Amino acid sequence: MSARSHDHDSHDHGSFRGYVTGFVLSVILTAIPFAVVMGGGFDSRALTALVVIGCAIVQVLVHMVYFLHMNSHSEEGWTLISTLFTVVIVVIMIAGSLWVMFHLNTNMMPQMNHDLLPSGVQS
Amino acid sequence: MSTPSTQPAAYWEVEPHHHEDGASTNIGFWVYLMSDCLMFAVLFATFGVLHGSYAAGPGPKELFDLELVALNTAFLLFSSITYGFAMLCMARDDQRGTLRWLGITLVFGLLFLAVELYEFHHLIHLGAGPQRSAFLSSFFALVGTHGLHVAFGSIWLVTLMVQVNRKGLIPANKRRLSCLSLFWHFLDVIWIGVFTLVYLMGMI
Repeated sequence: MSARSHDHDSHDHGSFRGYVTGFVLSVILTAIPFAVVMGGGFDSRALTALVVIGCAIVQVLVHMVYFLHMNSHSEEGWTLISTLFTVVIVVIMIAGSLWVMFHLNTNMMPQMNHDLLPSGVQS
Repeated sequence: MSTPSTQPAAYWEVEPHHHEDGASTNIGFWVYLMSDCLMFAVLFATFGVLHGSYAAGPGPKELFDLELVALNTAFLLFSSITYGFAMLCMARDDQRGTLRWLGITLVFGLLFLAVELYEFHHLIHLGAGPQRSAFLSSFFALVGTHGLHVAFGSIWLVTLMVQVNRKGLIPANKRRLSCLSLFWHFLDVIWIGVFTLVYLMGMI
């Protein structure tokens, strides 16, 4: 968030340094997950997934700051407010969908595989 | 008392403070992007729910080619920074530089689309089209919608290149280029979600 001291323009188009910084950070944050997954991943699947998703979240933030020039005072703070609102809705929608449908699946699957289960397992 | 010819009395400040030209366009376009983001969220959620429903068909490990995805990611990332350079040229009122960088951005956008179309064609050729399984339906819906956005962004880019070429970097064209800049970078942000959640997580 430091590379925005040079712009005198009232409209924020960013600076050369800002774009290059964002680009280099994005390349690194893209290369890490691809290298990890293409190299077979870590022993623990959860750790691999954590690294991949962590890099993605950081890269989204990098894009927002260096490419989309988001900050707390652009458009009097309305871009930040609308973005935070969107993030809240997106998280509720995606996490809620996965949560609900995961439970639906665990509740439905034994029913569907009824014949495969030994008798007396189901209550 | 009231005569039809006079303006109604203003009980509020008509001009509270000065807004520069196009400022409301930028915030309005940002709100559009957020609504677009919600649409992608629905597609991501659908994919998340259905990503294991192969219907005894092929899964991501048999279908996806990560090297192709890495190439596509590189194209989109390069197009993002070249668009950024176009915006820097625009801020300096350098019309030729702006057009040159926009042209390079367009090339990267078209390369991205070409690789994606090749991938889709390859998958359908393998019999793994959108009708094969719920996993593939949600895959084509999500990745296809993103590709469609890039396609329309490219059409918009060509339109603006013609506009800038004919009328120069007038304020209206600068405003349009700023909007397309937001759109283009936004598509790159969505692509981060796509390559992470669809391709990389599918291959783990």
